[in-house]
Order: sequence, then structure tokens, then C-alpha cells
Amino acid sequence: MFAFLVRRLGQAVIVMLVISLLSFSIQDQLGDPLRELVGQSVSEEIRNELREEMGLNDPFMVQYGRFLKNAVQGDLGTSYFFKRPALDVIMDKLPATIDLVIGATFWILLFSVPVGVFAAIRPHHWFSKVAMGVSIVGISVPVFLTAIFLIYLFAVELGWLPSYGRGDTVMLLGRWKTSLFTLDGLKHLLLPSISLASVILPLFVRMIRSEMMEVLETEYVKFAWAKGLHKRRIWMIHAFKNTLLPVITVGGVQLGIMVAYTILTETVFQWPGMGFMFLEAINRVDTPLIVAYLIIVGLIFVITNTVVDIIYGMVNPMVKITGQ
Amino acid sequence: MSAQTLEVRSSAWQRFRKSLVYHSFIHNRTAMVSAAVVAFFVITSLLAPVLAPYDPWDQTQFDIMDSELPPVGSNGADQRFVLGTDAMGRDMLSTILYGTGISIMIGVFATILQATIGISIGLVSGYFGGRLDSFLMRVADIQLSFTTLMVAIVILALFQATVGLRFYENYAIFVIVLVIGIAEWPQYARTVRACVLAEKKKEYVDAARVIGLKPRAIIYRHILPNTISPLLVISTVQVANAIITEAALSFLGLGMPITKPSLGSLIRNGFDYIFSGSWWITAFPALILVVLILAINLLGDWMRDVLNPKLYDK
Repeated sequence: MFAFLVRRLGQAVIVMLVISLLSFSIQDQLGDPLRELVGQSVSEEIRNELREEMGLNDPFMVQYGRFLKNAVQGDLGTSYFFKRPALDVIMDKLPATIDLVIGATFWILLFSVPVGVFAAIRPHHWFSKVAMGVSIVGISVPVFLTAIFLIYLFAVELGWLPSYGRGDTVMLLGRWKTSLFTLDGLKHLLLPSISLASVILPLFVRMIRSEMMEVLETEYVKFAWAKGLHKRRIWMIHAFKNTLLPVITVGGVQLGIMVAYTILTETVFQWPGMGFMFLEAINRVDTPLIVAYLIIVGLIFVITNTVVDIIYGMVNPMVKITGQ
Repeated sequence: MSAQTLEVRSSAWQRFRKSLVYHSFIHNRTAMVSAAVVAFFVITSLLAPVLAPYDPWDQTQFDIMDSELPPVGSNGADQRFVLGTDAMGRDMLSTILYGTGISIMIGVFATILQATIGISIGLVSGYFGGRLDSFLMRVADIQLSFTTLMVAIVILALFQATVGLRFYENYAIFVIVLVIGIAEWPQYARTVRACVLAEKKKEYVDAARVIGLKPRAIIYRHILPNTISPLLVISTVQVANAIITEAALSFLGLGMPITKPSLGSLIRNGFDYIFSGSWWITAFPALILVVLILAINLLGDWMRDVLNPKLYDK
């Protein structure tokens, strides 16, 4: 167990190093930090002096080492546009994105398991057929189109719900500014969270259904039927539990997809989260902020994947945790 | 010689007509309709230069005075523009015809690139196994966890910021195909690897090895042809995914430029005018995009049901 943990964590660290190296080389290529600092009006001599002083003439690896040292201490550079530490800017925007992800996860958890399981148990029921039909349409409609459609219908035509922004927020635990606990905030969250869920929910429904149908065909389930066990026990205890294994792995990857889709959803709804900030940073060529975003998102991806791997290893008795 | 090849071909066609795939296709209405829809879009977009009343890539052919005209049937419509015009006065019908072509082209070429990289890596990984295999598959896992859309957004954004918008507009299509093509290789690599692992144990591979064939010949001539059916299934889905990814990128302003728009850039273009009531600039490209992707996905679903080897066993 310990060796397995160490190996997975080691891999996570290597991936983070690669991400930081790539991000740093971006910083090296894109824009000139000196010009951002002093503008055009400084003579070439002072420029060169400053360049030497800031260590911009050092070899690449030396600069990278310095960058890494600062990054580990939580200093990811200063945003050109906000004139504040990039990490602080991201931490300001992160709660909005987390609200959005929580909202979407709520819809996914609420609907995917019941619908998926029902469609597997009763594949010929009319509801299963409708659910499968709706799910393939859901997969085929891009997130931003769902978002545009929802805005057009509920905000422009009917005028029931707001079309942009977060609405009222409250502070939670001193740091987390959330719109989950105000009525106005929830109203603002409704459309964005539905559109974010609209692409991932159908994938989950289809996955749970197909995994469950496969499990229902196995010998041990047939044996359980032959033993005369109650159907609910067979479905829930014997079949569903084993359906969850692949769902965990894919679920981890889906979380990564969700972070990517937040960029689209936040753009359409003008949601003041990380993704929207990232696109703005790109338009302003705010290099430190771009780099900081990449590293934070990379960190989120690596942490979720490592955690999912470890959970999978612990839950699935077929994975040999002790060495290969 | 030519008569012989002709005979081989006709017999292949006859074999196809007797096959399960053909039989299932003929008796599945959804599959036939989806195939017809896809074929319709492919043909009309290939013939776009002939069919389109105007050339949307030629700035001299449209007039700003014609901008935001609604489609025929609504108030203030102009008979010249069946589906209305966009904010630049471009004919929507022509623009959509050309745009569908671009979307399909990016989807197909990106998938071909994915397949080339993924199949090669999958074959090598599965056949040789060992350390190389675990390394490649770990890289594939990591690559997959950084979803394609994320990777593509980052790379295209940086590319755009580095080379400048003017240069970008000319080369956008190549970069998009390249990025989507490279980012999605693990899908193919994993499928091929799983197939190779299953095929490798079979006797015909042993037989080929015993008669002294080189690994390269065994991999390409013997194992590869047996992995075709799962590859066909994922290829359809991958084309649909590539089209969606391209649309998303274009919607964010990182994809095709508005001077040579794909369906995604058209939707982005229209989104700015949706609040002022010009719904048609968004609605028509959106409808075409959804119908196209839906048809491809339904075709993929049908193919999965027919070609899934697990179903044969039952």
C-alpha cells in the first residue's frame, strides 16, 4: 500500500514538474516583463542594467529554478493587468467556479444514477427509450449552444431568470464568497449549472446504463437470480456496486472535462470565475496570470487523478497495490 | 489483370451485401436516416462553390447595406437572401454551406491524424509490451486527463498571442487540425492496444511468428486488419467530437476566423446580436451543427451495436 502511494505521488510530482516547465517556457516566449514594468520611455542602458538585475539574462534553467522556488512558496508572479499577485487574483475567482462545479455536480448526482440504473434494469420501458434518446441529443448539443438556448428562452423571451453574473453572495468561513446560500445567487446559478451539467450528465447516464447491463449479464448475477434472492438486493447490492468501479475512474476524468467546460459556460454567462478570467488574461496577454492559471488547473487535474487512482486501487480488490 | 481485380471487387461488394452490417443497416431506420443526413451535408458542402448563391469568402460580394436582414417569411426580408444575412451583410445560406464544409473537413482530418498517431502507438505498445507499454499508457492516461478542449484552448490561445491575429487567420485551420489530432491520440492507442493484446494470444499470430515473419509484418498485415471494427466505431464518434471541439474553440474566438467561418465561428458571430432580436444568425448554424453531430453520433451508436464483438458471443 505504502509503495503504491509513493509511486502515485511520485508520478504526480513529475507531471507537475513537466507542467511547470511548459508553463514557464511560455512565460519566456510571450511578452517582455521589463517593458510591462518600465514602459517605452527608458533608455537602452538602464534597460540592460535592469535586465541584468532582474536576472533576465541568466540561463534558462537558472531562471526556471528561481521560478520553481517562488512557485513552491506560493508566488506565481504579479498580474500585469490587476497589478496584484497572480495567485490572489485566481483565489478571488476560484469560488465562483467552485459554485458552478458544485451546482453541475448536484444535477449529475441527482439524475445520473436513478436514470442510468432504471434504463439498465428496464431497457424496453418507454422511459428508458426516452432517456436514451434525450441523452444522445444532450451529447450532441455543444455546451455553449445549450447555454445560449437557455439564455434565449428563460432570460430573453420569458424573462424569468437573470442571464449573467453571480447575484448576491455571502461569505462562508471568511474566505469562500459563495452564491449557494442566497435566493438571488441560486437564481443566477440555475442556468449556468444546468448548461454545464447538460453535457456530462448524458455521458454518465449512458455509462452507468451500459456498465450495469454488462454486470447484469455476468454469471454471479445469474446465480443470484437462481438462488431466488430479492430483485432489489440483486440490482442494488450485487450489480450496482460493481457498476460503480469504472464509474469512479471515468468520473475523475470527467471532472477535468468539467473544468475545461467552465471556460465555455462562464464566457456565455459572463460568470466571474477562473475560466472567464483566463480568456480575458489571454486577450490582454497577461502572461503571469496565464501561467498561474495553467499551474493551478494542472494542480487540480493532477490531484483529482491521483486521488481517483488511489481510491480505485483501494476499492477494487483486483488491482494489486503492492508492486507490479 | 484488370478483369481479375474487378472480379475481386465485385465479390467484396457481394460479400458486404450478405454481411450482418449491411443487413442491419437496411433494417434500421435510424441508421439509414442518419447516414442520409451525413451524406447530404457532406455532398452539399463539397458542392458549396456551385450551390451557394454568393461567395462568403469574397468581401466584394457583400454589402454592409444588406446587414441583418431576416430570413424569407419574416418582416423586412429580402428575396435574395433565403436565410437572411449576418451583421456584415453576408448571405447566411452561402456562409453556412461553406462553414459546414470547414467543420466537416476539420473533423475528418483531425480524426485521420489521431488515428495515425494512436494506431501506431497502440500497435507498438500492445505488441511489444513491457516497460515501453507501461510508459506509453501512462503518458496516454495523463494526456487524457488533460482534456482535449483544455489543451486546445491553451495551445491555440498561446499561438494566437505569439504570432498575432493576421498571421493566425491564414493558418488557423492547420493548427486546429494539428492540435485536435495530437491531443486525442490516446483514444485510438488504448483501443488498438486492447485489441492487440487479445489478438496476440491467438494461433494465427503464433503461426506467423513461427514461419519467421518480422514483427512489423505481423503487426501491420496480420493484427491490424483484425482491429478494424472497434476502430470504425470510435472513428465516427471521434469525428463528431472533433467537430464539437472545433466549434467550441471557434466560439471562444480561438478557432476559425470570421472571414473564413466554421459553424462555431458563425454561432459566436451571431451570439453578439441575439439580444437585439437577430436570432437567425445564431439559430441556423446552430441547428445545422446539432443535426450534423446528432446524425454522426446516431450512426456511431448503431455501429457500436452491430460491430460490438461482445454481442456476437451472446
